[in-house]
Amino acid sequence: MKKILLSSVIAASLCAAGASQADGHGGDVKIGVFLGLTGPIESLVANMAPAAEQAISEVSESGKFLDGKKVEAVRADTTCVDAAAATAAIERLITSDKVSGVVGGDCSGVTTAALTNVAVPNGMVMVSPSATSPALSTVEDNGLFFRTAPSDARQGVVMTEVIMDRGIKEVAVTYTNNDYGKGLADAFQTAFEAAGGSVTISASHEDGKADYSAEVGSLAAAGGEVLVVAGYIDQGGKGIIQGSLDTGAFDTFVLPDGMVGDALPEAIGPDLNGSFGQAPGTDSEGAGIFAEMAEGYDGTSPFAGESYDAAALILLSMQAAGSSDPADYKGKLMDVANAPGEQILPGELAKALEILAGGGDIDYVGASNVELIGAGESAGNYREIEIKDGALSTVGYR
Amino acid sequence: MSDPLNAAALLANFVVVPAVAYGSQLALGALGVTLIYGILRFSNFAHGDTMAFGTMITILFTWWFQSMGLSLGPLPTALIALPFGIVLCAAFVLLCDRTVYRFHRANRADPVIFVIASVGVMFVMNGLVRFIIGPDDQNFSDGQRFIIKAREFKQMTGLSEGISIKVSQGITVVTMIIVVAALFWFLNKTRTGKSMRAYSDNEDLALLSGINPDRVVAVTWILAAALATIAGTLYGLDKSFKPFTYFQLLLPIFASAIVGGLGNPLGAIAGGFVIAFSEITVTYAYKKFANYIVPGDWKADGLMQLLSTNYKFAVSFLILLMVLLFRPTGIFKGKSV
Repeated sequence: MKKILLSSVIAASLCAAGASQADGHGGDVKIGVFLGLTGPIESLVANMAPAAEQAISEVSESGKFLDGKKVEAVRADTTCVDAAAATAAIERLITSDKVSGVVGGDCSGVTTAALTNVAVPNGMVMVSPSATSPALSTVEDNGLFFRTAPSDARQGVVMTEVIMDRGIKEVAVTYTNNDYGKGLADAFQTAFEAAGGSVTISASHEDGKADYSAEVGSLAAAGGEVLVVAGYIDQGGKGIIQGSLDTGAFDTFVLPDGMVGDALPEAIGPDLNGSFGQAPGTDSEGAGIFAEMAEGYDGTSPFAGESYDAAALILLSMQAAGSSDPADYKGKLMDVANAPGEQILPGELAKALEILAGGGDIDYVGASNVELIGAGESAGNYREIEIKDGALSTVGYR
Repeated sequence: MSDPLNAAALLANFVVVPAVAYGSQLALGALGVTLIYGILRFSNFAHGDTMAFGTMITILFTWWFQSMGLSLGPLPTALIALPFGIVLCAAFVLLCDRTVYRFHRANRADPVIFVIASVGVMFVMNGLVRFIIGPDDQNFSDGQRFIIKAREFKQMTGLSEGISIKVSQGITVVTMIIVVAALFWFLNKTRTGKSMRAYSDNEDLALLSGINPDRVVAVTWILAAALATIAGTLYGLDKSFKPFTYFQLLLPIFASAIVGGLGNPLGAIAGGFVIAFSEITVTYAYKKFANYIVPGDWKADGLMQLLSTNYKFAVSFLILLMVLLFRPTGIFKGKSV
């Protein structure tokens, strides 16, 4: 009893503090930034979280959001792999921090768990910048789940085109053993075989393990011209590539989104030259502007732009609905993201808020050329990359 | 046409060489765990992160030496930095002992209390390492990368299968042999080593015969820190350094120590190799290998894989389970768990 009393006193005083900060505008709006601050993609999140927070502070500082309300970001850790920890973290965001929208989660498995266990029962809107599992397209979400990243069903097709255009017909596939890896590997295998290619082996690997000799051994025995590594850059994916190069099993690798990052060529060295792949990305004007305005982080890192867009979409649809209640604004996300209306690029959030306040229409383009289709996911623009002279270079856009 | 030479080269490249290197790294890690278990009587869950901590210091010194232009030629600079890593890691581990474990030891606490305390130490070390060097991958190997490359081997021998051996793999095995020999000499021949074994066999009797417990405990921690730093650095040189991976290394290391017989140094080494070889041999796809040794028209279509690589951890756990069921003291006689 004593504890309950104490905690309610603390809660009450915190609320009072929050209210006084808002200068009588009826309280701050809080947005959860629900990403894998620790875990297998922590080096990508190092650029994603600040990107989302930049959009939030841009809106907050404009003073035009919902009659001058401030917006505050609250971070929570998905861990990328631990569904129980992620569920507890988003529970905290919703019930204790009282956020009005969530940017995240990042990895497909934890995102699904957080969405079905917590967000849907609580009626909370989630906009994921990076969960790409095809399964999330059909998940029961009551219209609460959106993503600024495309489904991997699309990436499987794009990757097939990238590989086929190089005249490669036979590949081996390894994937990280989770919803993301399995989803992408299956989508790719279906697309690749439909296009007349053959997959010699599709074997999973576990992340964060000590040694990948066994996996490399069986991949090498199966053979193939190149190895498709549907893994994570900080984890098993890198271990597999290093092991394959060391034993001479494969020379060329195909790198999907989870593997594209500067950390990879830096860690592996010149042996990686000639490997290629694709990651969500666009050569649109927005991407360029965003890369320049990124402060203290790398705006060209995968999913950084998507994170900015995810946060921006939530806030703009709140403005369009005139309310920060998820039930009110969840229907506005598609309107804000798609035509018709004035096109909005990164850094123009203040202008968008003004148009929306005046009852006008916007078509949010943002850093990743957002166009929401189907159940509220990005149509998908991919950047084809190749490793040249130890650095990522862009070959083209698809 | 059957071709046993190519078959042997294939197997050596994809099974033997990696398993020997990985086995040596596990053995060094398991030696540290087994030493703590044998003498201080608890499973030290902080061992993986002690490895990370020692390796981190070694890396920092390596970078410093590299910036001064110090190098060992074809060998990695990290070898010069290693002693510094060992000293500082030992100092840190002794500090942990003084602040955490000594209290429980004075109270003659149950082993489970030590284990839980070591989990706490693990989290502190884990956080400290991430705080100092960051959660990212760090690459600190330099010097030559290969003793022999797959392509060179093919040209030299005219075989169609290559064998590649990395410098780091060579160093790992050589260092393992030296360290193990030195450790055994220390435990069996020196006065301190003998008093450590006496303390391990019967604590009360050892105390009665005038063995200084503080000294035994301190030496044990220093040895464990040295073994952890060496194992961690070798592992980092061979693969790469990332705090998260070191944390996860704990599992195979404990499996090795238990399979071999907890508290038995020989067992730790055997256990390391058993785990490493079983993970690789059982899940290897023998398609190419079989095609080399059987007559031409019998070519295999399938992968000839006993178990998918998904199950490689199941293999080591199965071995662990069998050992615990049928020989709870491990392959070599250690303490029962």
